[in-house]
Amino acid sequence: MGYERQPDFGTPEVSSATTVTLAIDGREVSVPLGTTVMRAAALSGGSIPKLCASDNLAQFGSCRLCLVEVDGMRGTPASCTTPVAEGMVVHTQTPRLQKLRKGVMELYISDHPLDCLTCSANNDCELQDQAAAVGLRDVRYGYSGESHLGLAADTSNPYFDFDPSKCIACSRCVRACDEVQGTFALTMDGRGFASQISAGQAGDDFMASDCVSCGACVQACPTATLQEKAVKEIGRPERSVITTCAYCGVGCTFRAEMRGEQVVRMVPWKDGKANHGHSCVKGRFAWGYANHQDRIRSPMIRETIDQPWREVSWDVALTFTADRLTAIKTQYGARALGGITSSRCTNEETFLVQKLVRAGFGSNNVDTCARVCHSPTGYGLKTTFGTSAGTQDFDSVDHSDVILVIGANPTDAHPVFASRMKRRLRADAKNGGAKLIVIDPRRIDLVLSPHVEAAYHLPLQPGTNVAVLTAMAHVIVTEGLTDEAFIRDRCDWDEYQDWARFVSDDRHSPEILEAVTRVSASDLRGAARLFATGGNGAIYYGLGVTEHSQGSSTVMAIANLAMATGNVGRPGVGVNPLRGQNNVQGACDMGSFPHELSGYRHISDDSARALFEADWQVALDPEPGLRIPNMLDAALDGSFRALYVQGEDILQSDPNTHHVAAGLKAMECVIVHDLFLNETADYAHVFLPGSTFLEKTGTFTNAERRIQMVRKVMEPANGPDGGGMEDWQVTQALANAMGLDWNYANSGEIMDEIARLTPSFAGVSHARLDQAGSLQWPVDAAHPDGSPIMHVDGFVRGPNDKRGGKFVVTDYVPTDEKTGPRYPLLLTTGRILSQYNVGAQTRRTQNTVWHGEDLLEMHPTDAENRGLGDGDWVRLASRTGETTLRLAVTDRVAAGVVYTTFHHPATQANVVTTEFSDWATNCPEYKVTAVQITASNGPTQWQESYASWSAKSRRTAVPADPAE
Amino acid sequence: MDIAQLHYMANQIARNLAANGDESAIAATAQHITDFWEPRMKAGLFASDRAALDPIARAAVERLAPSLPPDQGRQC
Ligand code: SF4
Ligand code: SF4
Ligand code: SF4
Ligand code: FES
Repeated sequence: MGYERQPDFGTPEVSSATTVTLAIDGREVSVPLGTTVMRAAALSGGSIPKLCASDNLAQFGSCRLCLVEVDGMRGTPASCTTPVAEGMVVHTQTPRLQKLRKGVMELYISDHPLDCLTCSANNDCELQDQAAAVGLRDVRYGYSGESHLGLAADTSNPYFDFDPSKCIACSRCVRACDEVQGTFALTMDGRGFASQISAGQAGDDFMASDCVSCGACVQACPTATLQEKAVKEIGRPERSVITTCAYCGVGCTFRAEMRGEQVVRMVPWKDGKANHGHSCVKGRFAWGYANHQDRIRSPMIRETIDQPWREVSWDVALTFTADRLTAIKTQYGARALGGITSSRCTNEETFLVQKLVRAGFGSNNVDTCARVCHSPTGYGLKTTFGTSAGTQDFDSVDHSDVILVIGANPTDAHPVFASRMKRRLRADAKNGGAKLIVIDPRRIDLVLSPHVEAAYHLPLQPGTNVAVLTAMAHVIVTEGLTDEAFIRDRCDWDEYQDWARFVSDDRHSPEILEAVTRVSASDLRGAARLFATGGNGAIYYGLGVTEHSQGSSTVMAIANLAMATGNVGRPGVGVNPLRGQNNVQGACDMGSFPHELSGYRHISDDSARALFEADWQVALDPEPGLRIPNMLDAALDGSFRALYVQGEDILQSDPNTHHVAAGLKAMECVIVHDLFLNETADYAHVFLPGSTFLEKTGTFTNAERRIQMVRKVMEPANGPDGGGMEDWQVTQALANAMGLDWNYANSGEIMDEIARLTPSFAGVSHARLDQAGSLQWPVDAAHPDGSPIMHVDGFVRGPNDKRGGKFVVTDYVPTDEKTGPRYPLLLTTGRILSQYNVGAQTRRTQNTVWHGEDLLEMHPTDAENRGLGDGDWVRLASRTGETTLRLAVTDRVAAGVVYTTFHHPATQANVVTTEFSDWATNCPEYKVTAVQITASNGPTQWQESYASWSAKSRRTAVPADPAE
Repeated sequence: MDIAQLHYMANQIARNLAANGDESAIAATAQHITDFWEPRMKAGLFASDRAALDPIARAAVERLAPSLPPDQGRQC
């Protein structure tokens, strides 16, 4: 199939119960009431010329190209702004219209360069298409008049150019930035002929403006004015494949537009149910890491970690690894071995790694990086609601009236969903826009951004989430704002009463807790009343909730609040964890936690275990295995000796870097399976090169439980001479080297096994996904087409007893990480838009122009007290360690709180984070560390010695025997 | 395993469940350890000096391992 853009129906879809029938050029067409004539024509196979309309933007009516004639109506109305009516008779192609359209096109073309043959948009340009469609042959005005030709191009953005000489002033870019992205970075200056698009203030270029490089304007532009640089360099794509972004938990789907095996561009797929045709800078543009020179393409081994690496064949590497693993197992027993799955890998790959550990290694020592981000979500929502997952789909936000965001920064971490949320928040009173409550120590962008303002921002002291939520519950219960009917109908009434008694206690009032939380009691009361009485209330939360010593308690406190106010089980409400990495949900679903099999069944559950034992033909250990921090502890006492790490960089992402390093160093066999020699690989004996999401087929599950296909668009680059393997193939080869005899021919067969063994995936298969586009689990006999919203008729917990919702008393227990005279400030950490997690991928793209280093944010008062200024090098020290980085002085953070990101290994922010962790899941407490900040004049000794160790441990020897 | 670390973890679980009242907190702490701790962690905890534990955690350990002789709690 050749290359085609996705069809554009001109104006957005509308839904209406009423259907209207009309005639367009003699064709009878039935569409929902409120549809435009343009869309109705497009839906029925016609095509009315257009330039300023696009089906992801509100109708605008400026180009006058889409004129039509309607029987009984005077003049020639614009079809993009004319709604259909019953019995309407429309003519879209008449001599009169043709003449008018030609005239319009002449005007456009007279001010447009006629370099179509050499233009990078040649054959992919709407202006060109429309000129052809209206039969333009000549331009009466000539080409010599005043024009915009010759204006300088703005090439400041690393991924796209802006060439104003080709602009036709249709303002689609401006509207895309406003309506779709919600950043309001572009303006149309001047009127009529003088109209010109500009980014930011006069004199700004794209880089200097507020632009976040989402690319919505580029996608919207009908000409070559805004265009991807890659298209200029590579040429027009010749085919496209639908796949899923491998960065964050929004799970945007894209058309990977290809030329041969080269990606030309990633265009968000309009039919993608998570993103509806939008994306952020990472997914659309930051895929260049796949071809980065640092990418390791050959397996490597070494006897000890002080030796240089030796490049070897797959066979040599796998035999070496299997021999070591088997020897360790023989000598120390199965429980000395373990593995870590990655939420960057597919469900199929993750499932296979945990199968290798449980069935091959023979232990349950398997964990996932979700340990360090969302393990409390698993624990908390399973305990209260009965499933370890968010309750809603993203579309649900369109029905919310009050949105409560706690410990999440969606505009940076989940940008495409944030755009959706902002659209709902912007909707004016007439459209019943939603109100916003933000609970976060930092003034995140959502609190105040163009056309969005939070009704309440509660800037709490880091570590006091439970206290704030309990105080909100106190207000709701004591002021009689609960939804008693809902509670009686769906929850255990006795448990509710215990909880209500607990939160009603005076010591939980906002006034008393103010001393701890530093949140104004009256604001807190206002926020609680708004949430309880404002209509559909939806809660969205992120790592600022989970990465605490009370992460699990906070998740349960959130669930309590949702139940008490009746906000579960229908569109517009619910409890919604915003997952960090793309497949956090999937990694958890696939049985990556040491205590449970896929589908969240405890390993001690005999019937669940029997199912797996029968299928795998092996006996499983009924005792839970070690979690990541426990593995490191056990390594230090010699009882844990081998670790297979797929797609994870625990040295950089886990807390207390020194402790992680010591644990890894104590092991005899560390296998790192990744794209790059990451920080963990410094301690590895085996490096197995991985494949990127462009090189494999499988599925990811996003934050709304949506399972979507990732499709291979190019051959894996991780093997010499076409010997590349997808990551699941590497795991299978390792299993077979250990004598397991696995024979999956493709990843679809792994999904079939998952479906066979996991009730909530019973109806999932690659074929089913190809046909449906995506499915939200549970997909089973009761929900054959999946479940956009959960707990609709009652909580999943206790299905036989309708009152399954469980209220859990969550007492505020202060963290043991406390400020004092030596460490008077509280450090909290987060992430930013252009970088992803530990940055292994994004640091290897041009996204670094937005975030070249990690900065420390500090309140002006604290900076002044220390004599520090913006841009200064500072020393950041905690009880655990110290590092240096540069300072950004800002009042986004409250006095007493400092903030940084953890995207760059040079900063090693986790050198300072402590080992305190969530009481229930050991999820590390990244969000609270007591620190001191002092002036510094450069990198610390640790950073320098680390850099030299790191360089040394990454040496690669010239292969001794080239025959290998 | 590092006994101090195991004690810290057990106490932290107990502290977070304490608001339910002693009896329910002891039961829940015991259940939590049963469900989520790996055998060598359990063994290390059961064999350690229980007097060093907070009362709820200690009672939970008593319930799980009333009579485990200390030398059976060898690590791994
Ligand atoms: S790239 Fe996105 S943020 Fe930047 S101007 Fe275009 S639409 Fe706006
Ligand atoms: S840059 Fe493109 S989308 Fe924007 S006004 Fe010009 S032609 Fe239209
Ligand atoms: S990083 Fe997230 S928001 Fe951005 S394109 Fe990928 S899935 Fe979408
Ligand atoms: S497409 Fe209708 S006026 Fe431009």
